[in-house]
Amino acid sequence: MSKTTKQVDEVVIRFAGDSGDGMQLTGGRFTETTAIVGNDLSTLPDFPAEIRAPAGSLAGVSAFQIKFSSRDIHTPGDAPDILVAMNPAALKAHQKEILPGGTIICNANAFTPKNLKLAGYETNPLEDNTLDDHYTLYSVEMSKMVALASEDLDLSPKLVDRTKNFFALGLLFWIYDRPTQPTKDWLALKFAKRPEIVEANVRAMDAGYNYGETTEIFTTRYTVDKASLPPGTYRNVVGNYALSMGLAAAAEKSKLNLFYGGYPITPASDILHTLSAWKHLGIKTFQAEDEIAGITAVLGAAFTGSLGVTATSGPGIALKGEAMGLAVIAELPIVVVNVQRGGPSTGLPTKTEQADLLQAMYGRNGEAPMPVIASSTPGDCFYAAYEACRIAIKYMTPVMLLTDGYLANGSEPWQVPILKNLPPIDVKFADKSSMVDGQFMPYMRDKKTLARPWAIPGVKGLEHRIGGIEKEDVTGNISYDPDNHHHMVETRAKKVESIASEFDKSEIFGNKSGDLLILSWGGTRGACRSAVEALQAKKNKVSHLHIRWINPLPKDLGEILIKFKNVLMPEINYGQLSRIIRSEYLVDIKGLNLVRGKPISSADIQEAANLLIG
Amino acid sequence: MPETKTTKTYTRKDFTSDQAVRWCPGCGDYAILAQSQKVFPDLGVDKENIVFISGIGCSSRFPYYMDTYGFHTIHGRAPAIASGVKLANPDLSVWVVTGDGDGLSIGGNHTIHLLRRNLDINVMLFNNRIYGLTKGQYSPTSEVGKVTKSTPMGSLDRPFNPLTLALGAGATFVSRTIDKETKHLQEMIKRSHVHKGTSFMEIYQNCNIFNDGAFASLTDRETKLETVLWLENNSPMVFGAEKNKGIRLEGNTPKVIEIGDKWSIDDVLVHDESDYVIASLLSNMTYNPDFPDPVGVLYAVEDVTYEDMMMDQLNEAVKKKDKSSIQDIINSGDTWVVK
Repeated sequence: MSKTTKQVDEVVIRFAGDSGDGMQLTGGRFTETTAIVGNDLSTLPDFPAEIRAPAGSLAGVSAFQIKFSSRDIHTPGDAPDILVAMNPAALKAHQKEILPGGTIICNANAFTPKNLKLAGYETNPLEDNTLDDHYTLYSVEMSKMVALASEDLDLSPKLVDRTKNFFALGLLFWIYDRPTQPTKDWLALKFAKRPEIVEANVRAMDAGYNYGETTEIFTTRYTVDKASLPPGTYRNVVGNYALSMGLAAAAEKSKLNLFYGGYPITPASDILHTLSAWKHLGIKTFQAEDEIAGITAVLGAAFTGSLGVTATSGPGIALKGEAMGLAVIAELPIVVVNVQRGGPSTGLPTKTEQADLLQAMYGRNGEAPMPVIASSTPGDCFYAAYEACRIAIKYMTPVMLLTDGYLANGSEPWQVPILKNLPPIDVKFADKSSMVDGQFMPYMRDKKTLARPWAIPGVKGLEHRIGGIEKEDVTGNISYDPDNHHHMVETRAKKVESIASEFDKSEIFGNKSGDLLILSWGGTRGACRSAVEALQAKKNKVSHLHIRWINPLPKDLGEILIKFKNVLMPEINYGQLSRIIRSEYLVDIKGLNLVRGKPISSADIQEAANLLIG
Repeated sequence: MPETKTTKTYTRKDFTSDQAVRWCPGCGDYAILAQSQKVFPDLGVDKENIVFISGIGCSSRFPYYMDTYGFHTIHGRAPAIASGVKLANPDLSVWVVTGDGDGLSIGGNHTIHLLRRNLDINVMLFNNRIYGLTKGQYSPTSEVGKVTKSTPMGSLDRPFNPLTLALGAGATFVSRTIDKETKHLQEMIKRSHVHKGTSFMEIYQNCNIFNDGAFASLTDRETKLETVLWLENNSPMVFGAEKNKGIRLEGNTPKVIEIGDKWSIDDVLVHDESDYVIASLLSNMTYNPDFPDPVGVLYAVEDVTYEDMMMDQLNEAVKKKDKSSIQDIINSGDTWVVK
């Protein structure tokens, strides 16, 4: 029987299996290969908080979704076209999200009575025809086939069975016409010391590929053309990695030493891991005893002239609040990264959320304004981190950088930036010019930026004392004077507000007026843009505006908002930036607030938009 | 101890800032400040290379009065901030000024972790066994049964012994001195400075407002010879007005003996600063009415510092990889070109 080839624009695949089934790795390999092929792509890993929940249980299901396309895409997709389910629990957990007409590929050997029971199935869904009406079901004996493929290798059956994810990967490579060689090279490098493991995985992948090629079960393979991206060199990049590179780039451009202090916390730990591996760049990393020590060590390093950075997630930010206040009053440049996750308290540690925005804005005692910037895509984490460092240094202020679990672990093709094209970061440490009558004035400000001089220990003549007690402007001496305190509160606020004067004009996607403006911040940008594109295609007068700096807000925001009959703001929280914007501009914007630990979908947004303009 | 040695001659005035000192009249902190300003000119360090870090509490005002670099930070966090300072620039001479509440209660975690890491930082812990700045609540070093505003029927918690805690946390230098013993205080500051690694110095300090006389028996002329055991390395542990009392080990247990008919000076335990067991025995005499309070250097051993190891790792990493720009990392991985 001949095989047909069908060309499609975009595909969404979800790999799901037990935590031990290697789904993140499978998804990662499929992603890297898809990037090399030249498609645009976006990914969404989704894993449980438990490191190893009981095998076969619903709690232990780990998934990885990738959308790839010949067009410019903004999200990892809503509903998958294909679900790869490695066991009954994975099928149970994800089946309802597949569109009717979608495809399900299962490892039939994992559908044992025990696993079926663990997943809550009374009968085997692969055999009871319940799926047949809605889906195309492929029940493949993956475990059996990898066992046969590697039966002459000197490996335990358990180890061989662990290669079944590479069978699934090989099969998907065949269906979507992707090369297996990059993964073979990757395996050879990764398991250089265990050639038998390389061999078993290669055999499993080839078996999967050939299964698609030779059996008569799969009749169609699909091709997705290269996406037309702007010219340049590209690579695939994950958010936390991009963010780490952005920090290192800022250190290199500013010629400052990067000092990173932090305490492990999901989903921010990868930043600590990544920077720790870059000691050859002179980066100092310090795994502190707790979140507070993480940020306070960073403050000490900033006082000493390093570029100080700490990263954490919401619970860690709660602990760092007092130290951020000290950074505000001491006017020292540090960057605090919050990779947001579901809250409150421990909440949903491995899931995404945007519910720490008000905490970022107001989560400190006293009037303690901090600039807040939010990255919008995994690749944008690089630029947002770079920008956060630049502003911190220029204005001598702590800066909060918001990302989230979805951005941190998600990935996309990324045009490789060239360091020399990035905006300069000029550092001028204080010298004797900040002295008046032989006395150093630690709070004598730059007239334009209101930044105070950065005087670091080791410089003769600039010995000075700073601290958390209110100080007199210019001299920095302790002051309880009522008018001075008011002046300092005002000055710290003005300093942050003044950052807005260096922003470019806001870029509206679509017309400058109309029936509806969809506002986004952070990781919801992609879903909002996709929704607006779809709505515009149906001739709706809908535009999109993305807000990058939360504090200060762009100066032209107020005049943009009033040009639209309706404003809709989707957020993965109970209405946070919408609350600020309402109070700031007295515009009755509507929120779309879905707090489910996962990205808001383009479909959700379109539905909400249609209700407003319908 | 920083590598760079000064060639300058400083006086006390060079280390005195222009800020008015605001402790209560009669506070023991004045004596500690005065001795510091007196001894720092002799440490041989350029004053621009000296940094004082403090947390919150009466003691933590200290940096404002020393004309060096200083950072008065937040409650309990001075050891962590000081760690950042030292790691950012290991050539600096970094001093932490803290108290029994700041360093052992709200900041206890940072204190023990600084000690275990052994950064070359000098900790001066002013122990007045009371909360002064918040006006008189009991502290983690207050004796059991302390009657204060927050404990009208007496405190219930057993006190921390700062020296035992420091030894347990892996400190490489543990000492104690007393605010009123000016010469000894200077000597202990010098010893702290010279020690490479974290130096932990407990300073018994009188709070004349909320806990006056807490250490009176150790400072009063009439009693102090009987109540203080002055430690000298390689010397027998004798005390008493007549120098006729000593510490003797019976098995693993220290006992106070009287030198005379039954015991001679040869029976007295000889202090050895490098002996952890002796340091532990000494530290546990605190709060024990059967023993004098040990004062001096209990323990001093050399060990590699955290910052030296960190710099070694950085240098090794730099040596291994010739590519030293983030651009090389940005360009790495599987890349493809779109034309």
